[in-house]
Amino acid sequence: MSENFLNKKIREMERVNKKGDIFSFFFNRTKKYDEKVKAFLEILNYKEAIPYGLKDNILCIGAKTTCGSQLLKNYNSTYDATVVENLRKYGFEPLGKTNMDEFAMGSSTENSSFFPTRNPWNTERIPGGSSGGSAAAVASGLVPFALGSDTGGSIRLPAAMCGIVGYKPSYGLVSRYGLVAFGSSLDQIGPFTRCIEDTHSVIKMIASKDEKDSTSENFEIKDLATTDLKKIRIAIPREMVDYEGLDEGVKESFYLFVEELEKNGVKINYVNIPSLKYVIATYYLIAPGEASSNLSRFDGVRYGKRNDKSNYEDMVNLFRDSGFGIEVKRRILLGTFTLSSAYYDAYYRKALKVRRIIKKEIDKIFENNDFIINPTSPVIAPYLNQITDPLTYYLMDYYTISANLIGAPAISLPIKRVENMPVGLHIMSKRFMDNELLSFANRIQNLSPSFKNGFFELPDGGEKYV
Amino acid sequence: MFRTIIGLEIHAQVMSKTKAFCSCPADVFEKKPNTLICPVCTGQPGALPVLNEEVVCLALKGALALNCEINKKSSFDRKNYFYPDLPKGYQITQFFKPIAENGFLIIDDQNGKEKKIRIRRLHIEEDAGKLLHIGSENISESTGSYLDLNRCGVPLIEIVTEPDMSSPEEAKIFMEALRDNLKVLNVCSGDMEKGALRCDANISVVDEEKNYSSNRVEVKNMNSFKFVEKALFYEKERIIDELKKGHDVKFETRSWVMPDKKTVSMRSKEKENDYRYFPEPDLPPLFVSDEKIEIIKASLPELPRDKKLRFIEEYNIPEYDAGVLSSDLLIANFFEEVAKYTNRPKESSNWIMGEVLRMIKEENLDLENSFLSKELFQDLFKLMDGKIISSKMAKDVLDYALKEKKLPSVIVEEKGFKQVEDTELITKIIQEAIKKNQKAVDQYKSGKKNVIGYFVGAVMKETKGKANPETVNEIAKEMLEK
Ligand SMILES: [Zn+2]
Repeated sequence: MSENFLNKKIREMERVNKKGDIFSFFFNRTKKYDEKVKAFLEILNYKEAIPYGLKDNILCIGAKTTCGSQLLKNYNSTYDATVVENLRKYGFEPLGKTNMDEFAMGSSTENSSFFPTRNPWNTERIPGGSSGGSAAAVASGLVPFALGSDTGGSIRLPAAMCGIVGYKPSYGLVSRYGLVAFGSSLDQIGPFTRCIEDTHSVIKMIASKDEKDSTSENFEIKDLATTDLKKIRIAIPREMVDYEGLDEGVKESFYLFVEELEKNGVKINYVNIPSLKYVIATYYLIAPGEASSNLSRFDGVRYGKRNDKSNYEDMVNLFRDSGFGIEVKRRILLGTFTLSSAYYDAYYRKALKVRRIIKKEIDKIFENNDFIINPTSPVIAPYLNQITDPLTYYLMDYYTISANLIGAPAISLPIKRVENMPVGLHIMSKRFMDNELLSFANRIQNLSPSFKNGFFELPDGGEKYV
Repeated sequence: MFRTIIGLEIHAQVMSKTKAFCSCPADVFEKKPNTLICPVCTGQPGALPVLNEEVVCLALKGALALNCEINKKSSFDRKNYFYPDLPKGYQITQFFKPIAENGFLIIDDQNGKEKKIRIRRLHIEEDAGKLLHIGSENISESTGSYLDLNRCGVPLIEIVTEPDMSSPEEAKIFMEALRDNLKVLNVCSGDMEKGALRCDANISVVDEEKNYSSNRVEVKNMNSFKFVEKALFYEKERIIDELKKGHDVKFETRSWVMPDKKTVSMRSKEKENDYRYFPEPDLPPLFVSDEKIEIIKASLPELPRDKKLRFIEEYNIPEYDAGVLSSDLLIANFFEEVAKYTNRPKESSNWIMGEVLRMIKEENLDLENSFLSKELFQDLFKLMDGKIISSKMAKDVLDYALKEKKLPSVIVEEKGFKQVEDTELITKIIQEAIKKNQKAVDQYKSGKKNVIGYFVGAVMKETKGKANPETVNEIAKEMLEK
């Protein structure tokens, strides 16, 4: 094939943008994607754009933003999220909005109030959550990349379970303007991709100091650098590898990869981080507290179907009772309780304090180590409806939550498979060491047995398309 | 003996160009409903607040004028509650760490005594929208409600005083002094009737004989300076009545109902919302540098009370006049201009206190764009000095001068305003009057000296008010005492 559609498109844009390096990842694969993508573009009349998947809690004019909730079933985005604007500058348009756990609360995408999303590797299994739709869209080859949001692991967990790359940038790197807030001090938008170069390209486009988001920071994403593995020191928290819920197969895959790293000269240190035993409790005090406030705006006055109760209180109560799903209600109740004046000091204030202690302890580890690694999830993707106890899912967040609590960047990339289901490796660095983290991940991705021909493998169904 | 204790919570709309956390215009008074809104102030999902720097500067101005300590690091919090006019379901405010604390404002109480009212805290927050209920003032009894979100996000400063006021009059005086300060600073228009300045009060009464303090009652909805005093007076009497009966009032929130001129119970304090305050994660802490504080301090104008004291000192005018003149910047500046130019501070003060303020109040005179000037008063004073016109005539001359935009001397010339100094004519008129009313003469002689007014009036009537009242007085006195 000589000059295909995307190649031509990119060349045109390079002339305008002078940011040609952004698009290098497309050159690698435009041949593979061209026909498929072109077909999509024609269907959607996006003749001038390159498609991506957008989690349904990120606003984009012209599309609904449902957050996977009945409450917002018919909510048309009233403005564009900053990430959507940023990508548009480079000629990217969302191909579609992707399914998610209602208001990003869940780890399986079974909590979508519309329908569950299935895992492309095995459609009897869940894709992980809450950004399960975005993960499945990339893993099944529908889009070259997708955006998700990560409050406690909602990008990294589904990336691990779907065998692709999932990246949660440092808090403040990507504007949250237009992301429907769950836990505002924890939320970050990030990409799902099939290789680290793509992760890097997407983050370069979406990262910005946004005047509409006071928590966004000025930070430059540099070109990927060559990492000398012999100079890299890595910490593995004993609390995580000795965790009783860790699946044997996952543990074995993880250790095999650690061996591979050591063979390449990486120095491995086993460390103790005692405060890790409080991360789940801390997270489930802070995130629901913020969420209970963030979701207050859905009172039935402006969003959703107005019910005809004769007074305001009854109207609000009926609306919220019938509109929110069970998991959302559970967290709103939990958050309302922890913020109540009688319990604020005992719970919320204490959680903020513990959060600072956790950060201090982890920062101490980073004094002598470049990265902390662990399995992204203690288990491979469970079957649909297999787990009914919410606590089991809460515990699954154990490996990813601390990155959100301390605002650090973390990435999940596929390593060896178990029962033909993907297993993820989780790498976290200090906050705003994103450049180093991406360069390191880029250096080691080809040590993964799942990495072939420049990309992480897709399941049979997925490869068929590309 | 009963002792009243009053503390106030004041909300002042800040006169910034844009709203507190978005770039919508902040002046929304009587604008078309729901036109000055955006995703941020209507609480669209995903929208984020960005703090308006100008609001911070204006809050600092207010805080420094109120002698507050500025917190170099303050932070924002969310106050959570459900109400249809609150689209986010929470208000952004400063609960845990306000921008300023521990200030005071010195007022002159109703007896002219200097009194220090302590300010507990001053913080930045946002206003809510406005509801218009159909068929009732009350949401629960109305058949429907309109919602106007224009006011959402309009910046406010909340000022909380210590319970330092000891009477309803004092509360009113404090509110007026605060209004004067905020106005001079250009922080707030101070218009209570328009809702730009709002005041809630906490009041309790101590029975000093029994050493018993009543429950504290919160009074809301006092939307004018007059009503602050009236509502608190009503409430004070109500509490004292209950105490005298050996009861106590409920710990509750009450509302001043204007048509009925009384307060009614709104809700008991036990039923108060739990606002679930927590740090606003969307806004980083607010840092204020020493440099900024210094710059703002240096930019503060002379405050009304300082001005008042200076006016008394510098122009030797009565305290009351100095107070009135200094309470409004425009008037104060005009007074100083005229006083200095004419070198007649007392007359300048009298004329501005009297005629000018009357015209502003009754005739909507726009001082800035009127024909009034220091030269005009200089001219007017000269005419009076030369006894060409009487002070009474001067009022009419001033009226014409403004209407026709001509100097008083020109008016006098054109309209023939001349004071009658003709002593012969005056004497003649008085003689006539004495003849007609011997009874008045007798009365005068028997000591009723103010009967002289009858004879002066007669001259004024005959001369169409152009006679010099002083001359008339002198002549009349002389003739009656003959
Ligand atoms: Zn706005």
